[in-house]
Amino acid sequence: MSTLKDFTLSCPLPISDYPTVTLAHGGGGKLMHQLIEKMILPAFSNSLLETRHDGAVFELGGARLAFTTDSYVVNPLFFPGGDIGSLAINGTVNDLSMCGARPVYLSCGLILEEGLAMETLWAVVQSLKQSAEIAGVQLVTGDTKVVDRGKGDGVFINTAGVGVVEHGLTIAPSSVRAGDVVLLSGDVGRHGIAIMAMRQGLEFESAIESDCAPLNGAVQKLISGKVEVHCLRDLTRGGLGTTLIEIAEATGLQIVIDELKIPVRDDVAGACEVLGFDPLYLANEGRMIVFVPESEVARALELLRGDPHTAGAVEIGRVSAEGGGLVKMKSRIGTTRIIDMLSGEQLPRIC
Amino acid sequence: MKYQSEYRDAGAAQGFAQQIRKITTRPWTLMEICGGQTHAIVKFGLDELLPAQIELVHGPGCPVCVTPLELIDKAVQIALRPEVIFCSFGDMLRVPGSDSDLFGIKARGGDVRILYSPLEALKIAKENPTKEVVFFCVGFETTAPAHAMAIYQAKQQGIKNFSVLVSIVLVPPAMQAILGSDTNRVQGFLAAGHVCAIMGYEEYIPIAAKYKVPIVVTGFEPLDILQGIAMCVAQLEEGRYEVENQYTRAVTEAGNLPAQHYIKEVFRVVNRKWRGIGEIGSSGVGLRPDYAEYDAELRFNVGGYTAEESPLCISGLIMQGQKKPHECSAFGKQCTPEKPLGAPMVSNEGACNAYYRYRRAELATAGKR
Repeated sequence: MSTLKDFTLSCPLPISDYPTVTLAHGGGGKLMHQLIEKMILPAFSNSLLETRHDGAVFELGGARLAFTTDSYVVNPLFFPGGDIGSLAINGTVNDLSMCGARPVYLSCGLILEEGLAMETLWAVVQSLKQSAEIAGVQLVTGDTKVVDRGKGDGVFINTAGVGVVEHGLTIAPSSVRAGDVVLLSGDVGRHGIAIMAMRQGLEFESAIESDCAPLNGAVQKLISGKVEVHCLRDLTRGGLGTTLIEIAEATGLQIVIDELKIPVRDDVAGACEVLGFDPLYLANEGRMIVFVPESEVARALELLRGDPHTAGAVEIGRVSAEGGGLVKMKSRIGTTRIIDMLSGEQLPRIC
Repeated sequence: MKYQSEYRDAGAAQGFAQQIRKITTRPWTLMEICGGQTHAIVKFGLDELLPAQIELVHGPGCPVCVTPLELIDKAVQIALRPEVIFCSFGDMLRVPGSDSDLFGIKARGGDVRILYSPLEALKIAKENPTKEVVFFCVGFETTAPAHAMAIYQAKQQGIKNFSVLVSIVLVPPAMQAILGSDTNRVQGFLAAGHVCAIMGYEEYIPIAAKYKVPIVVTGFEPLDILQGIAMCVAQLEEGRYEVENQYTRAVTEAGNLPAQHYIKEVFRVVNRKWRGIGEIGSSGVGLRPDYAEYDAELRFNVGGYTAEESPLCISGLIMQGQKKPHECSAFGKQCTPEKPLGAPMVSNEGACNAYYRYRRAELATAGKR
């Protein structure tokens, strides 16, 4: 009991700042990072957690394994290019892949809201099944709970996953070196706009589809092709900008990217202009960045472009020896600016 | 992207920069009115392209920034009521009131919704007849027609469970307040293109003449802004002070007449308080008496409420161009986007936010502007 008391007394986030959880605490920006750093990490402190990767990598019974978990809450449940089922499989598959692991087994916990149409649930289950087949993983254990009407958003899903690490590389920010090249696996921002468009009833000439996809195939190609991968990170909530900042901060090195080299589809760029969003911070569900030494760039790009989910891979920048843990972007008109982490979610502007 | 990439062309930007360098013989201080322009300048680093003699100061044209503290407090009070669905544009939700922002009210169970158009609030009112739907009408002349149309439609359709909390301000009186100040440094203006798309630019002609300042109606893309600066500097160097229109693809002298019609139908000119600056005579609009039934301040009896702003926040000086954000002692210390003291640190269009997001590290190391 004393630990609970101590913890309460020394709650590291002063309640005068935030007496309650706000949506920004889950938005992938600074507030979420503060919550993790000041409350979650100190509470559970251990060496595996402190690597702060998408999953934990460890030796167990002679095998090198990766283990991860993620929860999925999305409104609407179905959107162009995906649904909560494909998100729940691909998200966890991708987290394992970012550890350089081959995903093998997943668990699935369903939290269902009373009154959910059975047909909707069936569609989600079918999507889970199909997505698992496509990614080549098996759902081997699970759980189902039902909550009162009004206490859930139809379906919440948690998946956890285990994968095997079949190489000797350390794929982590600690392996990133000055001179490394940053590769991006395709165009950014589609998932964020697809969801936003559905939620707000925005219509475009053609539907903008989410980029939701499994990345394990592409990562396996890099690993089996013996590419010297230094770091992998999938771009999720906070988008490309936030992910780059996380890695720059973890390494203490500077990352310089080139705005003109970052692929953003015209319809996504247009939607961003209307809403006042920056595509750098839009969510993605099937995109990653890859850090490799310069000598490996050509081969890595060739391998990535040979996989359907990373066919649009490009080089977007470089790690520089300059310190500071900053991300800088050369703008299209030739000037340079700093990319900063957002506080919370991007908000549509007034005018 | 069409209608965007051509206004962000590196070669053309360098061309305008060169032209500005060629014609500039003396130091000039220009103010861009609109926060959207401020963000484009800082985001694209446009000031880095200018000769050292040209100083850009950032104007008061950010609707979020100039909305007075007490209005945020009124919004919070209304949003706390259990029968209310409080609707607002997204960027108002993080602006700090005296005790809480609107996001905080949402976390405490208030029904606070982000909308893109005031007309959506009418739809919500129709769908929720047992609820009171309140829209936070914030903005400049740019958003006034959309607000006016929603209120006009509410009356036409007899929708009773809809009301508005109004804080709409006007650009020309603020420009006159800046120009009339003893400490004014502004020698030329880039007027806000989107405000002029609605209102035209006739009302700027007497201001240019009275204060002998050039005013160039300017757009928001990098090339628009550089061309606007070039036109403004050319006038200053030649000793002219006229109203010119850089943003011809969107702005005409008379403006959007149907939009102006609905503004006049619903609103009348009133005195308004500007956050950090104080009250400016005839600087905003409020509901006409025949639309008073839609006034949320009356409906929820929050009219008399007043509030004191943080003494640390110098947003008023910043929005009048007398100080730069990093010259504030609280900048990046007591005041950050996570814990803002004043609205310019919150809003996408606020000067403090722009400096924090794009300039902070440079300011820390180089100590330059």
